[in-house]
Amino acid sequence: MKRLILWVPLGLFVAFLAVVAAGLYAPAEREIHSALIGQPVPEFSLAAGAAGKPGLSSADLRQGRPHLVNVFASWCLPCRVEAPQLAALSARGVPIVGIAVRDRPEDLARFLASYGNPFQAIGSDSDRRVQIELGSAGVPETFVVDGQGIIRHQHIGAITDGDMAAILAAYEAAR
Amino acid sequence: MRLGRTRLRAPAKAGAQSGRSTGLLHSQEHNWLAVLAAFLAAVTAAPALADSSLPPAALANTQLPDPRQERQAKALMEEIRCLVCQGQSIADSDAEMAGDMRALIRSRIQRGESPEAIRAWLIQRYGNWVSYDPPLEPVTWPLWGLPILLILAGLWLARGRFKRRAR
Repeated sequence: MKRLILWVPLGLFVAFLAVVAAGLYAPAEREIHSALIGQPVPEFSLAAGAAGKPGLSSADLRQGRPHLVNVFASWCLPCRVEAPQLAALSARGVPIVGIAVRDRPEDLARFLASYGNPFQAIGSDSDRRVQIELGSAGVPETFVVDGQGIIRHQHIGAITDGDMAAILAAYEAAR
Repeated sequence: MRLGRTRLRAPAKAGAQSGRSTGLLHSQEHNWLAVLAAFLAAVTAAPALADSSLPPAALANTQLPDPRQERQAKALMEEIRCLVCQGQSIADSDAEMAGDMRALIRSRIQRGESPEAIRAWLIQRYGNWVSYDPPLEPVTWPLWGLPILLILAGLWLARGRFKRRAR
């Protein structure tokens, strides 16, 4: 019995090493999810970010129809990657609205001309207040908001082909 | 590399090639140097296009005129975690988003909001994760409880040893 107790500190040390090694080899999840899923979209009102499209306010998201709210920017490379997927969603009749983070109208116009414009409205979030208000930690991010303005789903990062099913399912569920 | 955020670093190709120019080295060392150079390039390279072309927010790098308010804001900024450069506070981070969050905190403090209200507002959006001052909850109680338990265990051990000595 005494002999066995002598091994306890070594055992604890090995267990500690195992925990550290596990943390090194499989780093924890680094995505920061918004804590507002299931809650109403915070109040906001953004001026139009691009000519020819209206601005965006939280009231626009409570009109009875669900929306995809795409937080994006012309200076964000993954936002270019998800453009074909957004176009496909828009072609399927999914209403998409955009929040352009820290963007200039001329940059945004160039971005929309090059990569397509699936947006029904684009709000210009020049000081990033609305992005922070939504609990979004980067671009691109896409929120599914139901017809009552409740946030139902958050997709972090570019929407790839593999993400389409999950996005569509979240959209259908919000109808 | 995962597709998704704009945190992607510039490719480390240039660094990997620089290891190749030293022709005298044995292949083993050669590989080593290439790996080291690639590592250095990856660590020191600037993030590729991760920031916008707009200037930093007005209050991101400017102190508030009222020193008392600035002290409050600074104290809070040191306890709010940067979202894009995880592991740094927004006071320490040079990321654009951290600057925007500093501006948000300063402008709210200037309007007379209390630091704790702003912290609560941020936690409501990003979860407890965003604050470096975790609240006491069932999940977090070991943070406070464990040190006390360990000190008690140590005292108990020390007591046993001293008793034996005295005999």
